[in-house]
Amino acid sequence: MINYVAGVGRYWIDFLASVGRASLFLLNTLTALPSLFRRPALLVRQLHAIGVMTLSIVLVSGLFVGMVLALQGYNILIDFGQENRTGTLVALTLVRELGPVVTGLLFAGRAGSAITAEIGLMKATEQLSGLEMMAVDPFKRIFAPRFLAGFMAMPMLAAMFSAVGACGGYLLAVVALGVDSGAYWSLMQSAVNFIYDVGNGLVKGTVFGFVITWIAIYQGAESIPTSEGVSRATTRTVVYSSLAVLGLDFLLTAIMF
Amino acid sequence: MHGDNTELVRVRDLHFSRGTKHIFRGLSVDIPRGKITTILGPSGTGKTTLLKLIGGQLRGNQGTIHVDGLNVASLKRRELYQLRKRLGMLFQSGALLTDLSVFENIAFPLREHTDLPEKLISHLVLMRLHAVGLRGVRDLSPAELSGGMARRAALARALVFDPMMIMYDEPFTGQDPISMGILIELIKTVNKALGITSLMVSHDLAESLSISDYAVIISEGLVVEAGTPEQLRSSKSEWVQQFLQGKPDGPVPFQAAAPDYETELLGSLDRSGS
Amino acid sequence: MNSRAIELLVGLFMLLFLGAMLVLALRVSNLTGFGGGDSYHLVARFENIGGLQAGAGVAAGGVRVGEIDNIEYDSETFEAIVHLSMNAKFDSFPQDTSASIYTAGLLGEQYIGLEPGAEVDVLVDNDEIYQTQSALVLERLIGQVLFSRSGSD
Ligand SMILES: Nc1ncnc2c1ncn2[C@@H]1O[C@H](COP(=O)(O)OP(=O)(O)O)[C@@H](O)[C@H]1O
Ligand SMILES: [Mg+2]
Repeated sequence: MINYVAGVGRYWIDFLASVGRASLFLLNTLTALPSLFRRPALLVRQLHAIGVMTLSIVLVSGLFVGMVLALQGYNILIDFGQENRTGTLVALTLVRELGPVVTGLLFAGRAGSAITAEIGLMKATEQLSGLEMMAVDPFKRIFAPRFLAGFMAMPMLAAMFSAVGACGGYLLAVVALGVDSGAYWSLMQSAVNFIYDVGNGLVKGTVFGFVITWIAIYQGAESIPTSEGVSRATTRTVVYSSLAVLGLDFLLTAIMF
Repeated sequence: MHGDNTELVRVRDLHFSRGTKHIFRGLSVDIPRGKITTILGPSGTGKTTLLKLIGGQLRGNQGTIHVDGLNVASLKRRELYQLRKRLGMLFQSGALLTDLSVFENIAFPLREHTDLPEKLISHLVLMRLHAVGLRGVRDLSPAELSGGMARRAALARALVFDPMMIMYDEPFTGQDPISMGILIELIKTVNKALGITSLMVSHDLAESLSISDYAVIISEGLVVEAGTPEQLRSSKSEWVQQFLQGKPDGPVPFQAAAPDYETELLGSLDRSGS
Repeated sequence: MNSRAIELLVGLFMLLFLGAMLVLALRVSNLTGFGGGDSYHLVARFENIGGLQAGAGVAAGGVRVGEIDNIEYDSETFEAIVHLSMNAKFDSFPQDTSASIYTAGLLGEQYIGLEPGAEVDVLVDNDEIYQTQSALVLERLIGQVLFSRSGSD
């Protein structure tokens, strides 16, 4: 019993310590951000690695999610004679929820895992130590550009997901199922508020980008520098950030909508 | 600068542990200026750790490390970075940045720390590449280099700021005889021609002792023996003799610490029988 | 990949984002459709607006020409005051235009429909539409039918 209590105590103390370490790590990364003003090329390179490389999967998924939403929505709404509102349903679902959330999950799987694996391997091959010994701060050179790029790219990708999804819904509802084109857009427009719906969706995307990139970089930097350690860290990134996206989505929805 | 000290690095009563594992327990070592010093020890004794402590990447729990008169642990971040610019380190794996070409890797410290014009950078880099014989592979990526070439490229990078000391982490491990010969020559040249203090960490005895002016053997966190290679070879210590001659058994037992074999075997028989 | 190509791709990425934001602003929501300087304001009073809400559309001949800014209640005349924000493109509605509240489909959202009159003078900023017809409230309609039935018996 005493052992059990001690075990629980130790678990919480370890947990607290790791929260503290991750927070300090974040603080160090944030204070390194201003150095990017002098080195925009580093940011551009990471926007490519993190944003551009995730674009195709986000666009394709967005198109299909939009089409599926339109199909399901149409089948339900037609029973009420409201199939003209398919666009409203597609747009609200995408802009408020599925855009940021699905993009967040894809981003964790595609970009987050890549960030962790890259940094973990840099650590395992002593590149990070090498930078430090060359008097180059890894926070400025490695972590800050990745963090900012992830933070920026995620809401952008979420917006593209929603926009492509709305077009995918259009293809299915209007082109394939014969919903009136004018009704599709105009009913959507009168139901979707730019600030309230689109804006809050972007806020969600930004929060997800912040958290996912933080987890990914931290897991990479803290990984055990062996092949097994890096592979575990990569898995942890995907699991933790997916859970974080779903949990935060619930929280943010409760606050904002 | 601090010419009155003959030693460039002075380690005194260094204690360092990772978790519950004591890696150093009162280590004291001097690294003389302008010489090649080798630190020898079995794998896992903390040789790499010692280099990281000297470079200020890790902090000891107790004791001091002075490099060129500066107490490394007490330096502020900026001062530490100033010091590191005067130290070169050659990591076991080369530690070249994998997303840059060989040329850009060598140019990297210059680009990070100076605003030199492109022409001058190119000139400086080619000079270093020529010195290590890699001018021809400047456009390859580090992944395309052989292990020996990667180490030579890393040496070129470490030399780019004309450091006062270069630390080599096991430079000969896993090298074919020709690469080994090239590296030995390069290390000697760097020391003799450029007058750069060399601190080498190794477990390749013959090669490292052949070029060392001074050698230190460490084990279990303490110095076992120190002196010139000749002094070490004539050491009376059984431990040193076992290490130098590579005998499988001796003061360092062949068996890792384990419970008695007989009882363990019988114990497992008992369990399977029941 | 060389840095030129990377810059180009990142530039393209930014453009795509801009495009997505335009789609979200202009197609999916109606950010600039009827806001800002290119609109004018009209007022209409209704006895009963049913389920009409701010943000709902104003249509003429089925075409969206404006939207409802906000709705107030006048406690002296006991009427609802509806403020319309009209697209400045459609600035030639005659003074005697009438406004009615309709429902899109049987259960759909309510909106205001305008029927242009015949006068030469047109409605300008801050004018009022005097001819209005309240919302068709289903319960009341049913009540009227029942009442007239029992009356005719
Ligand atoms: N990052 C680390 N975390 C925990 N233990 C480590 C770490 N790095 C090294 N060690 C341990 O410290 C000891 C010394 O390591 P190292 O200095 O690499 O030895 P050497 O270079 O002499 O082979 C080893 O037992 C190793 O397991
Ligand atoms: Mg080592």
